[in-house]
Amino acid sequence: MANHHPIPQVPGFTAEELVSKIGFCEQLKGGVIMDVVDPEQAQIAEEAGACAVMALERVPADIRKDGGVARASDPDMIAGIQKAVSIPVMAKVRIGHFVEAQMLEAMEVDCIDESEVLTPADEEFHVDKRPFKTPFVCGCRDLGEALRRIHEGAAMIRTKGEAGTGNVVEAVRHMRTLMNGIRSLRGLDGTMLAKKANELRVPVELVAWVAENQKLPVPNFSAGGVATPADASLMMQLGAEAVFVGSGIFKSGDPAKRARAIVRAVTHYDDPKVLVEVSKGLGEPMVGINLDTLSEEERLARRGI
Amino acid sequence: MTSPLVGVLALQGDFADHQRSLAGFGLRTRQVRTPAELDGIDALVLPGGESTTMLRLLAVEGLFGPLGEVLHRDIPVLATCAGLILLADRVENPVQRSYGLLPITVVRNGYGRQYHSGTFPLESDVLPSGTTGTFIRAPRITAVTGDCEVLARRDGDPVLVQKGRLLGACFHPELAPGHPVTARFAGMVGADRGTVGGRTESRVAGSGFAVRDVPFG
Repeated sequence: MANHHPIPQVPGFTAEELVSKIGFCEQLKGGVIMDVVDPEQAQIAEEAGACAVMALERVPADIRKDGGVARASDPDMIAGIQKAVSIPVMAKVRIGHFVEAQMLEAMEVDCIDESEVLTPADEEFHVDKRPFKTPFVCGCRDLGEALRRIHEGAAMIRTKGEAGTGNVVEAVRHMRTLMNGIRSLRGLDGTMLAKKANELRVPVELVAWVAENQKLPVPNFSAGGVATPADASLMMQLGAEAVFVGSGIFKSGDPAKRARAIVRAVTHYDDPKVLVEVSKGLGEPMVGINLDTLSEEERLARRGI
Repeated sequence: MTSPLVGVLALQGDFADHQRSLAGFGLRTRQVRTPAELDGIDALVLPGGESTTMLRLLAVEGLFGPLGEVLHRDIPVLATCAGLILLADRVENPVQRSYGLLPITVVRNGYGRQYHSGTFPLESDVLPSGTTGTFIRAPRITAVTGDCEVLARRDGDPVLVQKGRLLGACFHPELAPGHPVTARFAGMVGADRGTVGGRTESRVAGSGFAVRDVPFG
């Protein structure tokens, strides 16, 4: 019966937290969460079938272009989007900026993304997410980052990818690394699990749970560089349970059509015929960035490990 | 005799939780994304998720009509949260399309945003005492407008209703293994077809191919 438990027991979470926070994230599965910068875009996303929107002032591609310090969005702008749609509204805080998180909770944002896309506020600590009633999503590049964030209280994990590039290569790398990390725990004995827990800097109970169940104890989504229906399907086939699309929709030629296509691509991620159909005549995708042209400092995924 | 097959609408939402939860009662399930996948099912689950997303995909897949036909076939149906919204006679906040099979009015997100989500005690004469329900941005039933049994309430509000073999919940029994509401539904399915097996169709992550009608475990 243990493996049939939809909401797993996770060391460090109370049952109440688990059901309410993880249960929210379970409802987003098989769906697309879209970055939007105003109520009009939010409505386009909702009509296209987005299961949630991420409210932010600038999409990652513009944050990358503009430079400077990227912070949490204006509460007025978030409230405008909350009024405009009936689907969940998420918003981002800087890594470690627990006050921005307190403010988003006070605004009853449905989910908080502690995101490397914004300029980190703390180079040593992430937000302690457990005291919050609001579920958090955090990015990861590998199993260690994922488990550290879960141990801090994240109710959902997403790949970091390389946001604002329209290039899916990093999201693929992060998802493969994460899944390989999970598989590598299979069959380890107590001594090896303890060594692994020490290496990953998380409690051994958490590592043991993943070793036994061969999955993360929270939903595992994908983000960072998804620009086409095929990209979205690729991430789903690699093991993602839902997909975040940032700049890829509203930086493209026909956002409404592309949004509808990506929603359908996630539902039918394993049906190439549907993927062919939805990929026809989508217009210009966002202009991508070749990652070789980015310096180490320009890589957002290096933030908050 | 083959064991009954429960179709689980799998356009978006927590359909996998429903499959796991039904497997705990020994029921076979099949994910439904196309009209063809409705063929041969003996019961149906409309899961939680976002009702706007499901409505849009039901239309795009040409599934709205065929699903409606199956719903009219008088087979056991379990509808939770967004699924309940799809079955309601009237939907508010905002007004949207629905099948109108349960004579109730529901207000979407009627208990507030995620901040107000949580697990609450249920008052009921048919569920074991102490049964709770997890409400997540849940719809609120503001009126029961016709012949429909209210099986459970939360602080006086109807939250579990049944009309014939349609069972609708504002909350998520699929998030708790062995929940009495899932047991009630499994009972309805089992009573229909006798003894049950214990098989779930699932996808194999990473393989890129769906594995359907194949038992595991």
